[in-house]
Amino acid sequence: MHKLLIPPIPLIIMNPGLIELKDVKKYYHMGESIVKAVDGMDIKIHEGDFVAIMGPSGSGKSTAMNLVGSLDLATQGDIFLDGTDIEFLDESDLAQLRGKKIGFIFQQFNLIPNLTAKENIMLPMMFQGTHSSEREARAEKLLKMVELGDRMDHYPGQLSGGQQQRVAIARALANDPEVILADEPTGNLDTKTGEMVMAFLEDLNRKGKTVIMVTHDPKLAHEHAKIIYQIKDGKVEKKMKKAGRTWKVFK
Amino acid sequence: MIKDFVVLAYKNLRRRGLRSYLTLLGIFIGIAVVVVLVSLGDGLRMAVNAQFNVGSTQVLTVQAGGLTGYGPPGSGVVTPLTKEDADAIEKINNVEMVIPRNLATLKAEFNNKLSVSYAATLPKGKNRDLIFETLDLEVQYGQKLKDTDTNKVVLGNDFLDKDKNGFGKAMKVGDKIVLNEKEFRVTGILAKKGSFIMDKIILMDEDELRALIGESDKVDIIAVRVNSKDAMDQVKTDIEKLLRQRRNVKEGEEDFSVSTPQAMLATVNQVLLGVQIFIVIIALISIVVGAIGIVNTMTTSVLERKKEIGIMKAIGAKNSDIFLQFFVEAGMLGLIGGILGIIAGTILGYIGGLGINSFIGSTMRPNIDFTFLVLVLAGSFSVGAIAGISPAMKAAKQRPVEALRG
Repeated sequence: MHKLLIPPIPLIIMNPGLIELKDVKKYYHMGESIVKAVDGMDIKIHEGDFVAIMGPSGSGKSTAMNLVGSLDLATQGDIFLDGTDIEFLDESDLAQLRGKKIGFIFQQFNLIPNLTAKENIMLPMMFQGTHSSEREARAEKLLKMVELGDRMDHYPGQLSGGQQQRVAIARALANDPEVILADEPTGNLDTKTGEMVMAFLEDLNRKGKTVIMVTHDPKLAHEHAKIIYQIKDGKVEKKMKKAGRTWKVFK
Repeated sequence: MIKDFVVLAYKNLRRRGLRSYLTLLGIFIGIAVVVVLVSLGDGLRMAVNAQFNVGSTQVLTVQAGGLTGYGPPGSGVVTPLTKEDADAIEKINNVEMVIPRNLATLKAEFNNKLSVSYAATLPKGKNRDLIFETLDLEVQYGQKLKDTDTNKVVLGNDFLDKDKNGFGKAMKVGDKIVLNEKEFRVTGILAKKGSFIMDKIILMDEDELRALIGESDKVDIIAVRVNSKDAMDQVKTDIEKLLRQRRNVKEGEEDFSVSTPQAMLATVNQVLLGVQIFIVIIALISIVVGAIGIVNTMTTSVLERKKEIGIMKAIGAKNSDIFLQFFVEAGMLGLIGGILGIIAGTILGYIGGLGINSFIGSTMRPNIDFTFLVLVLAGSFSVGAIAGISPAMKAAKQRPVEALRG
């Protein structure tokens, strides 16, 4: 379903959000039927936000995360990453932009198993063409920041879940992105380790990073996020903004 | 950047361990065979050529053909050559000298042990020196046969070796050897020739050998020395014409052959070339099978590492980055196969060379050229890389979301 009338140039919009979804739909074909995973979703994320995208499984929140993280293209509607309509970028340019603007943290950690902690962190910089000596210095600095300075040459298999997730956080920060996108970052961790990871994310947000967290856990969202998008049936059911100790609800 | 991909590829290959080695087996065998073949090829040809004792380029060899045309000279011959044939050939223009020779298998006895030996006649007079010259023979111990010598023989170099002469005892000049129940004294031993015929031969006076085997007129080989190289072809034609008349056969139905040393060599080299081509074809098949193995492994690897591809794309890998990673990995499989193949090929070539040397007594050595090795390495990398193109494209085309799902 291509939009034929829109010229193939990046659209610059007024008061752009860092990431913006405008009436985005994502449909999948499953045999004969069509699954409407995301069905008209508007999300606008500004610099410095701590946003939670929340919803039960099957609500379309994972699909929403892929779209917000520009890992996937919309069937309909527009997705802007830092003012650029990602639909008009070719795959490689999009990968470059994504690698520069967004750092990913996954529930499964998703480290490359046959690379050491340090090498895993160097990888995103390699794809941006950073010089190898600079890569190494930065990877070491980031590992020290997540308190794993003594685990640099360990392989993921030799690290605990919490340690792996901290390596993943360091990797997400490798290219100094504006946005950290965390998909159920505490899902595979025990409570204590999970809190430690959340503390890192909050700290990053305080230092000016935009953090987007996808979670099914209302408690986690309410405790840490400033803005919550509650997803249901592929739509934003409600948007809530923290105002002091209460939550202001928008539709 | 490429260096990074090489490091990544190396790590990935190491992770797959045994599977990587099994994959490059085909390339390994193919390259090893090619290296052995090339390192031994020229040496082998030289060694085999040495067996034909081509010392002079101005000597024609005339032999009678038999029913089969196979076997040692003189065997299975229907109409043998005679001394009269030799005399007739001597009258042809440009023929400098004709030496009728006999070859025979004799029963030899020494140290109370029996053995079978191969004897050849030496003509009298200056023709005797000519035989030594054309066959490039030298006496190492003792001396050559003199015309006045009776019941004396000159032996090939292997008679010095108790393990090779069949008597279990080394022979020396002055020893007595019994040939077909007649006693002969060893007057000389030839220098090592590197030919399994000449190193085992017994040389004796022509009349004595004929008497020993009861032949008076029959001749096995007529060696014809031509006075100039340019006349070789003409003399060959003339001899053929003469023998056709004398033996009463038509052109195209000759029961004899006149061969030049070059022609004999050409035949041998043709056979060798055929063998080499055959081996090269086997090597190529092995390499093709190896390449298919790489395609297979890399395709499997793309499926196995789908999630990894997704992760890399999520953190900013361009399609070309993913392509390069798999491409370099496949190329490295080929390259490692090539390196191991060269090592194995060199070792096998060396051992093979030793084996051939001890078997036929030659002194060849494997010859491996640096440029050739560089070409082999480049070639083996290319084979792997080409095999990797399709899987690498498949990897590069993965959509990040689907790949991340694993």
